[in-house]
Amino acid sequence: MSQLGTEAAPLRVAVVGAGPSGFYATEALLKSEIDVRVDLIERLPSPYGLVRSGVAPDHPKLKQSIEVYKKVAALEGFRFFGNVTVGRDVTPRELREAYHAVIYTCGAETDRRLGIDGEDLAGSHTATEFVGWYNGHPDYRDREFDFSHETAAIIGQGNVAADVARILSKSVDELKHTDISQHALDALAESRIKTIAVIGRRGPAQAKFTTKELREFLELENCQAVIAPEELALNEASQAELADKKEGVVVAKNMAVFEKMAEDTEHGKSRICRMMFCRSPVRIEGDGRIERVVLERNELSGEPFSQRASGTGETEVMECGLLFRSIGYRGVPIEGVPFHDSWGVFPNQDGRVTDGPDGAVVPGIYTAGWIKRGPSGIIGTNRACAVQTVESLKGDLSNLPSDHSGTDALVKVLQERGVCSIDFTEWQRIDAEEVSRGEPKGKPREKFTRREEMLQVLS
Amino acid sequence: MTTIVTDNCKGCRYTDCVTVCPVACFHYDDEMLYIDPDVCIDCSACIPECPVQAIYEEDDLPEDKQEWIEINAERAPDLPVLEDKMDPLPGADDRKTALGF
Repeated sequence: MSQLGTEAAPLRVAVVGAGPSGFYATEALLKSEIDVRVDLIERLPSPYGLVRSGVAPDHPKLKQSIEVYKKVAALEGFRFFGNVTVGRDVTPRELREAYHAVIYTCGAETDRRLGIDGEDLAGSHTATEFVGWYNGHPDYRDREFDFSHETAAIIGQGNVAADVARILSKSVDELKHTDISQHALDALAESRIKTIAVIGRRGPAQAKFTTKELREFLELENCQAVIAPEELALNEASQAELADKKEGVVVAKNMAVFEKMAEDTEHGKSRICRMMFCRSPVRIEGDGRIERVVLERNELSGEPFSQRASGTGETEVMECGLLFRSIGYRGVPIEGVPFHDSWGVFPNQDGRVTDGPDGAVVPGIYTAGWIKRGPSGIIGTNRACAVQTVESLKGDLSNLPSDHSGTDALVKVLQERGVCSIDFTEWQRIDAEEVSRGEPKGKPREKFTRREEMLQVLS
Repeated sequence: MTTIVTDNCKGCRYTDCVTVCPVACFHYDDEMLYIDPDVCIDCSACIPECPVQAIYEEDDLPEDKQEWIEINAERAPDLPVLEDKMDPLPGADDRKTALGF
């Protein structure tokens, strides 16, 4: 038997999930010294994951990472299988039998829950739903959001919360030349929201926003970012965080932006975005739909960089008609692949999936990206993460079973089940059509927001 | 807006930054790294990776380092791209200590 990864016996790998991690894992394999074929499987007809459906429409520069993924797709040995759902159209077991190795890069597809009463009232949503909706993700196309109330609350203070707040804050004029989906633009045009409250359980020094995202709130046409000055008082441990030579750099930059927000300026703008700290929602109330959220004041305790928020018992009521929770994503299990329920990830050692957190390595199954390490870091973080996984895989070559047919087996299964998969050339036709739909509106593209629409382009 | 490598990189060239660059915009010569501003997408992933805090967003660039905007833009396109981590330059750790990190 020839050594795997040579011309006589190319390594056959399936990568599940065509977001950044999937492309970076594919790139690391195809640019490596071994002879390898990679089939990148994606449940949507469209590739690029959160770069397409997560990155905010008013951040076009970040989406230029797609240019890198296009180059990966042009490498020899690459094949795209869009519109194929692992766990439905093909099982993990079938993939494992078809390929020498399977790398799961399927991300963290749902939100963490607050775990409070009223969380499921109408008008209380996840950030994922809203982000997917304005970005034209087919799963969220038909969600409805009620923008008729004056106040919207956002729970969480990371960059996703910032994106949600900014899209609610911006005028239609500020958004209409982005790739925001038309249905979202039309609905937001009718928005009566005047106040957007962005609520964090810890203090300003612990907010997870990156400074660049925060600074954008100082540049909004119709919305003033505000903070009550007393909210910026720092306890001793937070001051130590601020003074830290390494970690304190971002804290200091964020604090400088917060201080600008706290300046009492005459603005005459029609909306305000209020940053609020040290508060946790304890329940959401309303008659059939959200009318108010009850917030409890928190205090911080603990060492610098590991301070925890605990409730003081003091509560306040905020009237609001819309609430988004944005307190972190969570991975979703796929039947047949080990899953760590409390971490929301596929348990692994350096990307090798294990049977439970301390369990044995499951041969031939790997993972990268958010489903490997949890939902942290930004696009590029996933490149280093995927490279580590591919290094692990390459180290295992001599232990992998060597008699798999790869693509042919997958194609056979899909044909038997009547699954209409999409290859990269077909995606490029859909892509071109989206771009030309956007042109008359001065938009970089008008996305198709339903699977059927995308498939129709090909018929 | 762009992201800029400055003189702290000179003589260190730790290259931790390149492992998280989503678009392979780092280039290198014998002394240091440079970012191609036409390729960089301003994601800032590289900034916290640098052990000597050599990388800045343009908005944060100190007054006395402004010249590095042009140096990065001019040098980067003519130099080879660096996609994977290399060993730091000899003496990098000493220089890091001397810089106070």
